[in-house]
Amino acid sequence: MDSVSDRFDEPLGVADSAAAEVFVVELAEYSGPLDLLLTLIRDEQIDIYDIPIARIAEQFLARISSLKLDEAADYLEMAARLVRIKAQMLLPRREGEDLWEDPRAELVRRLLEYQQVREVVDVLERRSEDRRGRFARAYTQQAAQIAVARPLTISLPELLSAVDRVLRLAKKPHVHDVVPRALDVDGAIGIVRALLAIRARAQWKDILPRKAEPWEVLSLLLALLELAKRGELKLAQPRAFAAFEITRDSSSEAA
Amino acid sequence: MAAHADDSESTLESALSELRDHYDSEGHGVELVEVAGGWQILTRPEYTEAIERAQLAARPQRLSAAALETLAIIAYRQPIGRAEIEEIRGVGAGAILKSLAERGLIDIVGRGEGLGRPLLYGTTPSFLEQFALRHLEELPRADELAIALRAPRPATPTSPAAATTDNGEAPPRAD
Repeated sequence: MDSVSDRFDEPLGVADSAAAEVFVVELAEYSGPLDLLLTLIRDEQIDIYDIPIARIAEQFLARISSLKLDEAADYLEMAARLVRIKAQMLLPRREGEDLWEDPRAELVRRLLEYQQVREVVDVLERRSEDRRGRFARAYTQQAAQIAVARPLTISLPELLSAVDRVLRLAKKPHVHDVVPRALDVDGAIGIVRALLAIRARAQWKDILPRKAEPWEVLSLLLALLELAKRGELKLAQPRAFAAFEITRDSSSEAA
Repeated sequence: MAAHADDSESTLESALSELRDHYDSEGHGVELVEVAGGWQILTRPEYTEAIERAQLAARPQRLSAAALETLAIIAYRQPIGRAEIEEIRGVGAGAILKSLAERGLIDIVGRGEGLGRPLLYGTTPSFLEQFALRHLEELPRADELAIALRAPRPATPTSPAAATTDNGEAPPRAD
């Protein structure tokens, strides 16, 4: 973060749009609101133990005003805290109150703690930099090697006959033709009506032709349901899984 | 290691000493380094560039500032949960924790007692290795950090210190 001190030579409050654009880019380099706060404190040479909260809050808000909302969440929370502390500082103290808790105390504690973290980070950075340049045995990170294929040394006729051999040996794929079978519900309705014209009651097996194909079964089933809906017959099943009975229903003749 | 080799510790020490001298005196490109509670044979820093140029190996990527901050917090406060880390840093830590775990620098070392039994993180031996630490105690102690050594400014009539006062002083000016 050495470049930070170079950036803020001018006093804040410069309202150039150019400066605002610069802030947008640079805010991405802060690792969080505490980082930004510490930078403000350092650049303004503020005593961390006596922070002018109103001034800091104002500068903080100015810095984050150009952030997009989804990036700004953590910064907004800090901004809210700063404003709250500012409000608390403005409240008059009650007379006779012995212990006054500085509303900035918690913020200062957090900033000091964060500064400690940054110091440790410096130590870690130096140590890791040394170690990065050393390699141990069985360091297996290798650059990806792309093998270059050797050019073909066979002729075209040879290639074609090889392909031919492969194709002949290959099994023929099983191809199933899916043929749509139309249902004939009208025809089935005709069959049911014809049967019921002769007999008042019938069973499912009476309607079904022997060796019926699936489409015939389906057509008949749909026909029965349709006729039941129209009131031309009644369907009943005495027990579960028993054969159902078809009864002619003459009470409601189709109009 | 001493127990495994069934040797006394002094035998081990002298063997290591011999190995170290051997590498140091005969112009070897490697040296014996004590790290992470053990020893490693590592290439010397003066050959880093040559090794890279020969493409025998490449330096591992640096960690971001945010990742280092998170690591620092975990190193000092382990075992520590995500919520506490986020509180100290002031930003979310989920993505960084995942990335650090993937690099083998941190690991889940337990669960907290409180609501939700949150996961607790700690550093790994790999962390010690990557930061050239023999053990966690090699990290600067709290009282060695500069910030801890700085005393707060003594209270003056116009601007009292931020520490709580109990002598009826007026609060500092708000700006």
